Amino acid sequence: MSRPARLDAEAISKRYGAETALAGISLHVPAGSYVVLLGPSGSGKTTLLSIVGGFTVPSEGRVLIDGEDVTATGPAQRPTATVFQDYALFPHMSVAANVRFGLSMRGVAKAEARRLATEALALVGLAGFGDRPIAALSGGQRQRVALARSLVVEPAILLLDEPLGALDLHLRRQMQDELKALQRTTGRSFVHVTHDQEEAMALADLIVVMNRGRIEDMGPPERVYARPATRFAATFMGESTILEGRVQMATDGRAAVETAEGRLVVGGGAAAGAEVALSIRPERLRLAPGDGAVPVATATVEECVFQGGFVRVRARTAAGAAVLAKVPPEAAPAAGAEVRLFANPSDIVLLSEETQR
Amino acid sequence: MTGRALPALGWAALIGAFYAFIYLPVAVLMLFSFHDGRVPVPPFEGPTLDWYGRVLANGKLIEATGHSLAVGLLSSAVAVALGFLAAVAFARHRVPMRRTVEAMLVVPLTVSYIIIGLGLLITMNGLGLSKSLLGVGLGHVVINLPLCFLIALSQMGPAEARLEAAARDLGASEAAVLARITLPLAAPALIAGFFLSFTLSWDEFVIAFLLTNFDVTLPVVIWSMLRTGLNPETNAAGTLVFAVSLLLVAIVELLVLRRRGAR
Repeated sequence: MSRPARLDAEAISKRYGAETALAGISLHVPAGSYVVLLGPSGSGKTTLLSIVGGFTVPSEGRVLIDGEDVTATGPAQRPTATVFQDYALFPHMSVAANVRFGLSMRGVAKAEARRLATEALALVGLAGFGDRPIAALSGGQRQRVALARSLVVEPAILLLDEPLGALDLHLRRQMQDELKALQRTTGRSFVHVTHDQEEAMALADLIVVMNRGRIEDMGPPERVYARPATRFAATFMGESTILEGRVQMATDGRAAVETAEGRLVVGGGAAAGAEVALSIRPERLRLAPGDGAVPVATATVEECVFQGGFVRVRARTAAGAAVLAKVPPEAAPAAGAEVRLFANPSDIVLLSEETQR
Repeated sequence: MTGRALPALGWAALIGAFYAFIYLPVAVLMLFSFHDGRVPVPPFEGPTLDWYGRVLANGKLIEATGHSLAVGLLSSAVAVALGFLAAVAFARHRVPMRRTVEAMLVVPLTVSYIIIGLGLLITMNGLGLSKSLLGVGLGHVVINLPLCFLIALSQMGPAEARLEAAARDLGASEAAVLARITLPLAAPALIAGFFLSFTLSWDEFVIAFLLTNFDVTLPVVIWSMLRTGLNPETNAAGTLVFAVSLLLVAIVELLVLRRRGAR
């Protein structure tokens, strides 16, 4: 029905009485991108999706689709379609009738609607399932019917509310690949809500990390993972070692931070005297110097867990900071041993002060 | 062994006595509808179907059956339609003074039929309307509307609301949502409500008695037959009325059970 379109959410706030679900967030999505809203429950990600879909009216702010203000437009008139968390398939209709529903609401002729529905079902791998009742489908099949039902009306933007949440792990990973492929073939923007960070990294062109109604970080998954903007992003999306410190000196894009483990010079802007936190991803911590790595901390190993390709080492510094490293199995220390940890200065991320609060 | 069997026997006796207390009169009534004699008193003689033949040849009874059917079908249809619309309003829209309005909708459940009948009688007199089957029908809408409303409302929970939201998301207008989603989803509940209403209307006596003169319903005819003394023909008529009620309740039960089984 419609071309792929860009999506702009501008300064969106949503309050329920005294509760703030969204605190003035802005989001800009180019046409044809796969966006994942990632956050814990209560972070406001589902509320944001619901506002984009037209089910919830924001307290403040605007939603624009291809530059057109749709804030006051109901879901029926928006060029969006939603795949609901519980799929919301119509139990009193067959699979094909479910898929045809949106077409018949748009006045598409019966024969044409039948043809398009058959195509859509084939697209999601359910060719020949049209006559079955919804009750006869498995969870994964229902998921596909919900996808077909939403995609068949060719929405400019497809909204997915935890679409894989009800599936088992194996099926989830498989559907994840299919979703990405579908997004590429259809060329539409997908906005996908999840609390699963692996799912988010695997799917997203753009990850939006949300917490308590705010956007903590936003960017390509590689960047958000390697250089998270905030402490929340560093710990919610993957794990990190966090070291607290105080900025001693700051000069053009570099800061010297005094931590309990010594002084570290890192990239990033900060005011001298500010209390800051540093974050290091576990696979960036090494047990030996070299290649420009600097000593980061000395810690006592509490636990080593063998995980196949690597060993996950949990340790604690004398000052009490938890340290997490992933090391090759042959380099694994013994529990109780004292280890020195090294990292390349470029892998030490100065977290934004904003969220230190 | 006996230590366990004894309490079990005691329970069986108690339950047996309970059911006997409830159903023995009905069973006796049914038995004596087959009685070959002029007065339905023991000892039982027969059986015979003579009395059923008389019932079916009794013009008054047949006419009253037609009235009961018409009142029951129409009043139940109206009660179901109004109950469904009221439930849609309460489940999906903002209703001003919600609690008060809902309480007023449900309260007729607790008002005795004689009060409802008297109220209607006085109102109709005041309006210059004569006693008629229309009044009975109105009375039956009053007593059945709360039931139909509550049954329909029970089928409009958050799950159904999500389905309606999904339909809107796919471009459905409000009218299309109502016709293609809300109504079909509520249909089993509405059918159950219809049959329950009909059953209640079918053997309702007090309102029908107060609001009719010449065109009467079945329970009123049976009552007038009783005034002239006991007669197996009354038993036969009563048995037939009871059989119809039983059949309807069975249909409702089947509908509800089938729905539960499907979930």
